[in-house]
Amino acid sequence: MLSRILSEDFPRSKTLTALLLVIVVSLALGPFLFDGIRAFTTLGMICVFIMVVAAYDLMLGYTHIVSFAHTMFFGIGAYGVAMAVDGMGNTFGAVLVGIIGALAVSFVLSLLLGLLSLRVKAIFFALVTLAVAFAFLSLVTQLYNITGGEDGMRVRVPRELGPAFRPFENSLPGIDVPTLLKGLLTQPWNIGQVWQEATFEVRFNGRNVMYYVLVAMATGVFLFLLRLVNSPFGRVLQAIRENEFRAEALGYRTVVYRTAVVILSALVATLAGAGFALINRYVNPENTLNFELMVFILLMCVIGGMGTLYGAIVGSTLFILAQNYLQDLLGWVGQYTAGIPVVENLLGKDHWLLWFGVLFVLSVYFFPAGVVGQLRIWSLQRRNRKSPPPSGPEAEPVVQT
Amino acid sequence: MTEETTAMPMSDTGSGSERERRSPIEWLRDQRDHRAHLFLLAIMLLASIVVIDFQTWLVLTISGVAMGAILFLMASGMTLTFGLMSVLNLAHGAFISLGAFAGGTVLAFWLDGFASSPSFLINLVAIIPALLFAAFIAGVVGLVFEKLVIKPVYGDHLKQILVTVGGSIILMQLIEVIWGPNEIPVTRPEALSGAFLVPEALPLIGGIVLEKYRLVAVVLGLAIYAGMLWVIDRTRIGILIRAGVESREMVEVQGYRIHLLFLGVFIAGSALAGLGGVMWGMYKELLTPHMGDEMMISVIVVIILGGLGSIRGCFYGALLVGLINLYIGFVEPRLAAVATVGLMVGVLMWRPQGLIPVIKV
Repeated sequence: MLSRILSEDFPRSKTLTALLLVIVVSLALGPFLFDGIRAFTTLGMICVFIMVVAAYDLMLGYTHIVSFAHTMFFGIGAYGVAMAVDGMGNTFGAVLVGIIGALAVSFVLSLLLGLLSLRVKAIFFALVTLAVAFAFLSLVTQLYNITGGEDGMRVRVPRELGPAFRPFENSLPGIDVPTLLKGLLTQPWNIGQVWQEATFEVRFNGRNVMYYVLVAMATGVFLFLLRLVNSPFGRVLQAIRENEFRAEALGYRTVVYRTAVVILSALVATLAGAGFALINRYVNPENTLNFELMVFILLMCVIGGMGTLYGAIVGSTLFILAQNYLQDLLGWVGQYTAGIPVVENLLGKDHWLLWFGVLFVLSVYFFPAGVVGQLRIWSLQRRNRKSPPPSGPEAEPVVQT
Repeated sequence: MTEETTAMPMSDTGSGSERERRSPIEWLRDQRDHRAHLFLLAIMLLASIVVIDFQTWLVLTISGVAMGAILFLMASGMTLTFGLMSVLNLAHGAFISLGAFAGGTVLAFWLDGFASSPSFLINLVAIIPALLFAAFIAGVVGLVFEKLVIKPVYGDHLKQILVTVGGSIILMQLIEVIWGPNEIPVTRPEALSGAFLVPEALPLIGGIVLEKYRLVAVVLGLAIYAGMLWVIDRTRIGILIRAGVESREMVEVQGYRIHLLFLGVFIAGSALAGLGGVMWGMYKELLTPHMGDEMMISVIVVIILGGLGSIRGCFYGALLVGLINLYIGFVEPRLAAVATVGLMVGVLMWRPQGLIPVIKV
């Protein structure tokens, strides 16, 4: 059963399994385990970016297509929903029209981009997508009478997905895990009081409904992509990654496969963008189309591990946690370095990205397989040490970058 | 470069009488195929002069060439790095910002007394150190960057893209750490600000207003282009660079340390990016840490248009991008960026290797 669901692509490392279980449980029970609006936003973003990064990994990790136009499709999804709701009122019909319209636009654009990759070689393709994405960004910013320009658009979501909607009459019980853990670590002697402090009431409203829609979308998309990369189609993609010439010589039309991957990945990104618009209820060029966002997606994909879809889960969780909470950590460190002139500035709250950049470059050098890949390599080594393979290496596909 | 000379014989070998007999259409077709860059430039100039009235057109053209000159400074380093070592340095934009900030510091804080004097000679005391300092800082950081970040990932494009994107984040953040996250206003030196009026008496061009700074940018850009062409075409180092672009292994086999050469080119490229950055900073009179990133798109379009690795292509690409930006910006400002990218996509559809192809990617 589990093997069917995961398409026989297991985490293959105990640490990784544990990590994934923690993340999945936290996401599934999110609103009941973490109190506060900030935690809620973080959870929502993680769900959105799991989809975006998984789709990006399909291109980057599995087929070695470097595209910088991923945010463009994300933005098309977000703006599609925003504009449809703006024009047709906040009904589910409008949302559906927005999503379908956005998917259609993404399909056409990605088809064109995919066909362009016929003409130009890999590295050109990366640069061309970068330029095209920039042109799109500038177009969205300039056409302010349709898109709101720099100011962006508020998304009036259907009532059932807004904070005014209450599906349950009573509030539900919740336990704030961070408070609980902190209490257990600092004062384990009075568990009762800690427990009291940690419990809170969840007023389950439309936003939580939207969150669970996102969780369902992310699960569906993830399992679908997992199925896809472990299918014969996915094997061809990996063959193209390893040696495109040889894959072509074996009789696969690599152009068709590459174009299909670009389109598929764009459609998933569009879907994720629509989800983003509905949960964030505000879209502007900065949070959907920016080049910085594109770099963030790239970082998430690489840090999680290219060529492993589980890397999308781990990478986006780690990155978004860092984005939201590393500043706090740096602020805390900053208390102790306040007097020292240069260090104070380097460890400033606003420079979390600097440290993340350093971490990123180092990880590309020393752990090119990312978190997931490295965990798998370690567990493989441990297994081999325990029982050396009888003849030749195991037939397990080693993660490569 | 060599491709020029190989392309020439097609049009030049025929004797005089033979050439006269050819029809103009054939001549055009020949130009289109063998001098695509000039052909495109001519088409653009002709098309725009029909739409826009002459005096405006002239001002726009000069401004466009000025922008092209600055773009060329920024892009030339990146195209050579790619051509020589097939290293794609996406952190190039950070070097542009770095140069702008270093030069801006000299102009706005250290030598601001000289910069605000009305005399051009005294201004030069501020401008020349600013340009040199920008180039120096960008060059030194380029040296460190090459050693630390790029050297370990030679020959692996994917990792280069990742590592240089990471390096660009680090550099940009360091700029913010040193200079603060706020925008820094930089006033142009007194002698370079303002514009001058062409006397009304002159026919055709009488009465148009030209910004002085743009003329300076054009002159400086052309001078550096000429200098680079001289280095590349006439000197020993230039021969080695051209040979290295064509075939790295063959140069190595001859006993030259190609890596040293590459390091030099990388440093020079970074310094030029810094120079372009400070020129751009004076043009905009405002420094932001992300200004280099914003220029990166144009830089990328330029090097793709010209053909990766080609200095001539880079120059013509920069001119084309600068001109189309201003022409389209004049007709419909919203479409300037779209037109630039459209031009690139169009050219790629027509010639996948760029206007003046040098290397096979």
